[in-house]
Amino acid sequence: MLSIFTKFSDWLVYSVLGFLPGSKLGGAVHFFIEDVTKIFFLLIVMIYVIALIRASLNVERIRDFLAGKNRFFSYIMGSLFGAITPFCSCSSIPVFLGFTSAGIPVGITMSFLLTSPLINEVAVLLLLSLVGWEVTMIYVAIGMAVGVAGGIFLDLIRAEKLLQPFALKAYQSAPASNGEPNINTKLSMLERHEFAKIELLDILDRVWKWVFIGVGLGAALHGFVPELWFEDNLGSGQWWSVPLAVIAGIPLYSNATGVIPVMESLIIKGLPLGTTLAFCMSTVAASFPEFILLKQVMTWKLLAIIFVLLLASFTILGWLVNIIYVI
Amino acid sequence: MKEIKVLGSGCSKCIKTADLIQLIADDCGISVMVIKEANPEVIMNYGVMSTPAVVVDDKLMHSGSIPDKKKIETWLK
Repeated sequence: MLSIFTKFSDWLVYSVLGFLPGSKLGGAVHFFIEDVTKIFFLLIVMIYVIALIRASLNVERIRDFLAGKNRFFSYIMGSLFGAITPFCSCSSIPVFLGFTSAGIPVGITMSFLLTSPLINEVAVLLLLSLVGWEVTMIYVAIGMAVGVAGGIFLDLIRAEKLLQPFALKAYQSAPASNGEPNINTKLSMLERHEFAKIELLDILDRVWKWVFIGVGLGAALHGFVPELWFEDNLGSGQWWSVPLAVIAGIPLYSNATGVIPVMESLIIKGLPLGTTLAFCMSTVAASFPEFILLKQVMTWKLLAIIFVLLLASFTILGWLVNIIYVI
Repeated sequence: MKEIKVLGSGCSKCIKTADLIQLIADDCGISVMVIKEANPEVIMNYGVMSTPAVVVDDKLMHSGSIPDKKKIETWLK
């Protein structure tokens, strides 16, 4: 079904605009047009449909579910909920405090918060359509593994001691939250439609520029980096290329929507999958602006621990994927 | 005079919410005091997890989105 976008781009770029097939610029423009049209089509249809289904799931219900659950199970659920609830980074502080003051351990909350930027329905959708289901599965598995392992580790080192004093106090005096039952458990179709419409506009408003930036970069790589350059230079998955990719991702900041078209291009050019994933995840998750936000509830020491933890896990998982999954 | 607090850590939607409330109040000729509250501890104490949230005379009325016009009008009355 999605080949219609390839044909549309063929027609527009080569027939109407008159680019030569096989030229560098033509290739880049083709990549850009094809991906931009495909991504926006998918975004609009899928965000709406998924939001219809997800309308009655909110952070309050997730908090109630996670509070007082079996420990090990909770890390997985925290990470899973992080994957399926999209929320903007400006909500991460209230969500963190809401979970903490309900007595949910810091590690479980962090499983939620670490997985959330890495995996969401938009990311999974783009991965499926741009790089196929195999890479999508690996991406999701790694994202959740980072969330779960990170959460467990933080609880093992008793990370709650490194919270800001007021947050620690809220955690210790839990359950302080008013256990108000949620009103909107049953929604009419019209309410679901309203929710989905708002959600669609909200997400589009947040991600549209990332689509252009991401696809633009992907297109530039696609057109102008010589075929097999990565394969010739980094293709055998040299061990140092993975940590290097992770470090290169730190100053770059993007959300998952912007990074996936770049990922597509890197994979096509023969960069090993583990290295590509390590680079992309570092770009998405290890970003300074979001870490500075968390300073409001955590001490510098805890922030530094989480940062190093992320970098280390991306590196290790990148190595693993390069060993297991030789393209 | 009603005191209306908009809770949120300075995201664009919170600013829009505060502006919208002020605008509607001005239109109806009602004097209100709109305060933007960004302190995480205060937000936590209202039990709010999705911002923007609106507190009218110390009572939480709304959270999670930019409220619609009708809702705002009922708060102002």
